[in-house]
Parts: sequence; structure tokens; C-alpha cells
Amino acid sequence: MMLMPVIDRNKCNGCGLCVAVCECKALVMVNNVLQVRETVDCHWCTFCELVCPTGAIQCPFEIVSENK
Amino acid sequence: MAVVLESLQSIHYFSGLEPEELESLKKFIFEKPATKGEIIIFEGEPSNLVYFVVSGVVKLFKTSPDGKEQIIYLVRPYESFNEIPVFEAGASLASAQAMTPVVLYSMEKDDLRNALARHPALAMNVIQVLAQRTEQLLSLVEDLSFRRVTGRVAKILLEYLGNRDSPPRRLTQQEMAAMAGTAREMIGRSLKLLEEEGMVRLDRNRIVIVDEEALRESAGITV
Repeated sequence: MMLMPVIDRNKCNGCGLCVAVCECKALVMVNNVLQVRETVDCHWCTFCELVCPTGAIQCPFEIVSENK
Repeated sequence: MAVVLESLQSIHYFSGLEPEELESLKKFIFEKPATKGEIIIFEGEPSNLVYFVVSGVVKLFKTSPDGKEQIIYLVRPYESFNEIPVFEAGASLASAQAMTPVVLYSMEKDDLRNALARHPALAMNVIQVLAQRTEQLLSLVEDLSFRRVTGRVAKILLEYLGNRDSPPRRLTQQEMAAMAGTAREMIGRSLKLLEEEGMVRLDRNRIVIVDEEALRESAGITV
């Protein structure tokens, strides 16, 4: 399973800015509820996290060493 | 499309103005849609319009001679931009690009100046908006000139680099910004710098530490 941006539904106000900024259509609004669709086209640009006015989207990075 | 009174009331500039005051201002305000990616203002070009974002997000940014982009501010709904050439004669100091489809309202310099003379509440709102913008820009100046944000990001990455047996730890850029005491916009820039210097590699949702020793040096860790 591919890691995708994580939504906190308690914080999401449904403004749709993340959907508008998303280049790969991973984020969609269904009946005013934000949904994430798994897609290989998501390159983790993190724009959705950047534009979210309520901090409802997280794009976490795993921090790993090349030697491990 | 006509300018909507409800949208005007939500714009910080016009907050708290009486409906009849807003009605009288409506004729000086024009709607302009912009498509995603469209450049609304080019840095260095003269302009006599102040813009208000009604929907969508606009990125204000400057570009260095070698093409590096520094985001100055993300303008979200009901915020304004391009005040400098309007209140101070001159060119726009930053470029503005629509990050999403955007609906903007705009007002011409002379109309805004006349409105400020007639509506004290508008003038107070504008002062407040400009004071907040000054505070935000001073904070950015501090980050860019005095603080070694990249070094602090390097330190955070090393602190969060788990050992061989533990599962990888995760951090968002927002969390890194909070830990480094800087703006979210500075983190992307710092990660890119670390990548350009060959210390890390950004691999979709993974930050791969390639040269731990160089990263330690950047973080100011000598032992």
C-alpha cells in the first residue's frame, strides 16, 4: 500500500484548497468530505499540506539512512 | 461576474464596514479570475492594483538570478496582496502566481486612496493588515539573515534518524518548522539545499540521509 497524505477530519473545514492545488487528483471532495485516493502519480509535492488553512493535512517524511 | 457583498464583508480590508459603505465601494472593485499556474504579477513590473483573494491560493515569491524561488507568503481567501506599488509608487517587489484556480477582486490605487479618506474603518483595517504583514516579513528576514535554519533542519533530521532496528520515524515539514522555530516555507528550501549539497536525497515521502558526516558538520555537531 502506498503512503498518501493523511487527513484529520476533525480539523478539515472542507474549503477544498488542497483539492484545487493537487496536481495528481489524489484528493477529491465527495459530498463535501475530503477523500484521498491512492495513486502512483502523487510525488509528495506537499502543496496540499502547505495550503491547508487548518493544518488538517499531513505529508510526513520517513527519515532513513542510505546505509540501513 | 458581479462583486458579491458577502465576499466583500469577509475580506480583511472591509471587515466591520457598514453594508451601505460596502455598497458604495462595490463600483470600484472588479472581479478577475485566474487559472491555476497563471502569473498574476511579475516582479519588477509597475502595477496600480491591490488584489483580494476571494477563493483559491496565490503564491507570492521572489526568484534569485540562478532561478531559485523563495516563497514570501501564501495569500489565502480574504487576504490582500500587491500593496507596495499601490501605497508607494513603484514596481511590484514580488511575483504572484495562482496555485489553484483563483477568483480575485481588485481595486485601483486612486479609488483605494479616495476610499481610505472617506472610510476611517477601512483605513484602520488597512493599517492592521500592513502591520501584520510587516511582522511576518520581519520574521522571514530574521530567518534568512541571522538564523542558520538549514543547520537546525540538519540537526532535527539526525535526531529523528532511528537506529537500525527501530522503524523509521516520521516528520512533516510543518513539524520540522515548529521544531526549528521557523516558517514552513523555509523548510522546503532547507531540504533542497541539503539535497543540492549531497547530504540527503528526497525520495518521495522519504528523506534519505546520504552523507551523515557532512550532515553532522552542517548541524554543528563536531563529536
